Amino acid sequence: MGPLYPLGIISDEINMLIGFFIGIGFGFLLEAAGFTNTRKLAGVFYGYDFVVLKVFFSAGITAAIGLFLMNHYGYIDIQSIFYPKTFWIPTLIGGGIMAFGFLIGGFCPGTSLCAAVTGKIDAMVFVLGIFIGIFFYAFTYEPLWETLRNSGKMGKVNIADWMGISDGLFIFLMTVIAAIMFFAVTLIQKKVTSKRDYQL
Amino acid sequence: MDRSKTYMNSYLAGILIGVFMIAAYYFSGEGLGASGAMKAVVITAVNDINHDYAKEAHFFKARVKDEEKSPAKTWLVFEIIGVIAGAILSAAIYGRLKLQVVKAPHITNKTRLIAALIGGILFGVGSQLGRGCTSGMVMSGMGVLSLSGFIGLVAIFGGGYVIAYFFRKLWI
Repeated sequence: MGPLYPLGIISDEINMLIGFFIGIGFGFLLEAAGFTNTRKLAGVFYGYDFVVLKVFFSAGITAAIGLFLMNHYGYIDIQSIFYPKTFWIPTLIGGGIMAFGFLIGGFCPGTSLCAAVTGKIDAMVFVLGIFIGIFFYAFTYEPLWETLRNSGKMGKVNIADWMGISDGLFIFLMTVIAAIMFFAVTLIQKKVTSKRDYQL
Repeated sequence: MDRSKTYMNSYLAGILIGVFMIAAYYFSGEGLGASGAMKAVVITAVNDINHDYAKEAHFFKARVKDEEKSPAKTWLVFEIIGVIAGAILSAAIYGRLKLQVVKAPHITNKTRLIAALIGGILFGVGSQLGRGCTSGMVMSGMGVLSLSGFIGLVAIFGGGYVIAYFFRKLWI
């Protein structure tokens, strides 16, 4: 029965080691999929490259289906894992700030780190920016952010419960929508890139 | 054909990332994150320089209470060290380990680097306020059907499409 570490089945040291190996897989796949190229990432917003959308949704859906089945058959207890609590106001505003960060800087934290360590100078500057941003946030936390960050508190909310449908139905609908989206973006990308060479 | 321009199939890469995410939840009860590890680095640095400040300031205090354990000794930090190793490994295999500035053809290196710095600062602030970034909150949140992840998804990607037009000169 999982999760193994939270239920005390594996030690702290083994857990950290597993984290390291899982990280290797994650980093390898991000790089192999092309996530260290800022222009491939930004392409999702301009129609010339949808790699972000394809990888993102295939990963999210694979995990959702896998965890749903494992929870159903008793291999993992979803209640015992790290489950993000919902604070809708800061997440919405923070997400909006991150949207600007993405469109201006062309990365997110994970992708910028992978790109920086593989030699992309623009990504090194982006990572520096993230640290400046976190330091700024940390030192202005009490006067500027604390109240906002703790507003809109909803607790641990499952989106299917929130919509009043079953987890299985939600995952099914999400998969169907993603499949339609994958089909549509493939057509869009073909059309956009046929008109002009984006020199990726 | 130039090997450095070949990439793994997007769907295959996504499915495999999903499998690693399941493993992260199964073994450790954690999602795949990035900004959380960077936050741990900042907390550790400030705590090492001035512990008396860190144990009082609200942003730091919860993570520096335990005098014995370094705030850098977290699962996410080890995971992100792995991410760095994995990315280098893949780039080495595909022949993409090269010092360069990646940008749209018509903008200057200076413009690209200034934009990258501003974007990074915004992501640093946004990920702290929003309680996680694109991996730790949105993608890993999707895996466990957390409402928070879907709000983040709409805010980051939906927001991105709304404002994309204004920043098009940076990319196309």
